[in-house]
Amino acid sequence: MNGLSALAAAKSNEERALGLDDYIPRGQDCSSISEQISNVVLARPTGWGFLTSLGISTSVLMLFTAVIVYLLMTGVGIWGIDIPVAWGFTITNFVWWIGIGHAGTLISAILLLLHQKWRTPINRISEAMTIFALMCAGMFPLLHLGRPWFFYWLAPYPNTMHLWPQFRSALVWDVFAVSTYFLVSLIFWYLGMIPDMATLRDRSRSRVGRVTYGVLALGWRNSARHWHLYESAYLLLGGLATPLVVSVHSVVSSDFAISNVPGWHETVFPPYFVAGAIFSGFAMVILLCVPIRHIYRLKDFITISHLEVMARILLVTSLLTSFGYLSEQTFSWYGHDKPEHYVYLNRLIGFDQYALVVWGLVFCNTIAPQILWFPRLRRNEWVLVAVSLLVLLGMWLERYAIIVTSLHRDYLPSSWGMFQPTIWDFLTLFGSMGLFASAFLVFARLLPMLSMSEGR
Amino acid sequence: MKPQAPLHGLIVEFTTPEDILRATQQTWQAGYRRVDAYAPYPVEGLAAAIGLKRSPIPSLVLMGGLVGAASGFAMQFYSMAVDYPFNAGGRPRNSWPVFIPITFEMLILVASVSALLGLLFVTGLPQLHHPVFYVPGFDRASQDRFFLCIEATDAKFDLKETSRFLLLLNPLGPVVEVPRDSLGPPRPATGAALHGAIAEERISPQVGEQEQQR
Repeated sequence: MNGLSALAAAKSNEERALGLDDYIPRGQDCSSISEQISNVVLARPTGWGFLTSLGISTSVLMLFTAVIVYLLMTGVGIWGIDIPVAWGFTITNFVWWIGIGHAGTLISAILLLLHQKWRTPINRISEAMTIFALMCAGMFPLLHLGRPWFFYWLAPYPNTMHLWPQFRSALVWDVFAVSTYFLVSLIFWYLGMIPDMATLRDRSRSRVGRVTYGVLALGWRNSARHWHLYESAYLLLGGLATPLVVSVHSVVSSDFAISNVPGWHETVFPPYFVAGAIFSGFAMVILLCVPIRHIYRLKDFITISHLEVMARILLVTSLLTSFGYLSEQTFSWYGHDKPEHYVYLNRLIGFDQYALVVWGLVFCNTIAPQILWFPRLRRNEWVLVAVSLLVLLGMWLERYAIIVTSLHRDYLPSSWGMFQPTIWDFLTLFGSMGLFASAFLVFARLLPMLSMSEGR
Repeated sequence: MKPQAPLHGLIVEFTTPEDILRATQQTWQAGYRRVDAYAPYPVEGLAAAIGLKRSPIPSLVLMGGLVGAASGFAMQFYSMAVDYPFNAGGRPRNSWPVFIPITFEMLILVASVSALLGLLFVTGLPQLHHPVFYVPGFDRASQDRFFLCIEATDAKFDLKETSRFLLLLNPLGPVVEVPRDSLGPPRPATGAALHGAIAEERISPQVGEQEQQR
């Protein structure tokens, strides 16, 4: 007994010396953790603030639905895509949303394997973010198919056409990578929630709550036998999700890199895309965490130190992404491929084409995050929110620039052309944000936002 | 003495992870084998204290991964090289380097699904009900309390002796009988008389402390 408590005291001293106590819930014990986090779901009345935000986001979701209905009735011609720029907003949105998802897996899996205890209060939120961002991402390639009702032709199944998907195409790899990523993220998220579902089941005072959370908890009874198996399964899933997350954006980047379009055919794409994905994802996590810790009074759990450490990751990934920009330009400058050289020069000085987009993304992704070098600004929530918004905008512009500038200046000058987005392009992008926001609000209302079993 | 009503076991409650770990280790040392401990989070050493050694999940996941990778590659090889040979960019029929991404994704997918299904299979979940849920206050096992249960199927189980043993472990509150089905409400084991008798045998100076905590 005494030995153990002395050991615990020594450990907490050590943690304080390392500055770890900033990341551990302040003044909380087992019961108060269960109480505070489950009360967000079980006891907190549904206020006007929540209903208003849900109303707004579901209205945007309905707009999204209306756009999709119009798209299905009319065809992809409602968008600005044409030859030569056939990928336009849709694929930009796809790559952007899927990149946002990556930070969630990084936080939940990679930081789990690295024993970064500070991840605990933000891992559930960011895993949920991953799931919802993937839901948004998945919509776009499907809608872009033109005839989305034949989406199952992408799956390898014995069919009357006697055809197979073209497995040598990066686009088919994408189908496998993204659907695997979605399923594995879902499993990881759900598995992490099972013990917390049991807590909600046990704390719920209404029959509906007890039955619902009881069913979701699968009869979890906190047995040491089960914990033993659960821990090994959870750790293994973390180990599996880690290479997966790196592979997914590498495969997404292969959609471009495997082709021979100038400006796409780059070996640097996979690591550069993965860094950019984590960059935009962390921006989204910060953007979600700041309001959540205020509205749900979780400042003891998600401390300013958590935000600060995420700001540091934002800074590092900004530098990595900027290094990608620099190396692309360097390679094309020293390379002897004329069309490629031209595309990269056109990105920088083609002010009649898309140079403003390119300089805009350089400002958002390379210049703006540099203010995070100042420790005081890293601890200022307004600064973090502003930088995160810029980063999200910048990463969208980056994908837009890569896709559009490369396609609009192909090898043959006779096939050059401009891309002109229509109102439907903007509405589809805006509408997908409604899907994300609605899903996240419902999650915040009905499921435990922070991991209680890990917090204890 | 054999129990009259169908009994799942006897259960006691503790307030700290140190207490449950010590009590569980003592129970194992005393020769009880069908023991389970309940804690709101994984307590280090608790699984070892009830005699669990290696988790079977890693081997299931490994098998799943191998099956996934093999079937993923086989699917691509069969369709691209055997069933529908197709010249894409002058690559050979068995152009294995371009089959690697999907092989890898299938490895991860099947391994992850086997981690989930393996966990459910080995734990026996989902389970609609379990006798421990009859214990009053067991809802706190998912929040802040720790429970130790000796099951009636244990070879060494004897209602009187076992409840005596459990009481000597200094639990919080009485030893509680866990019925196997809901015929009656759970009751303190063998009545208050036993508790009175055993209370004197309690060695601990911590009784008062625990009562206060309660």
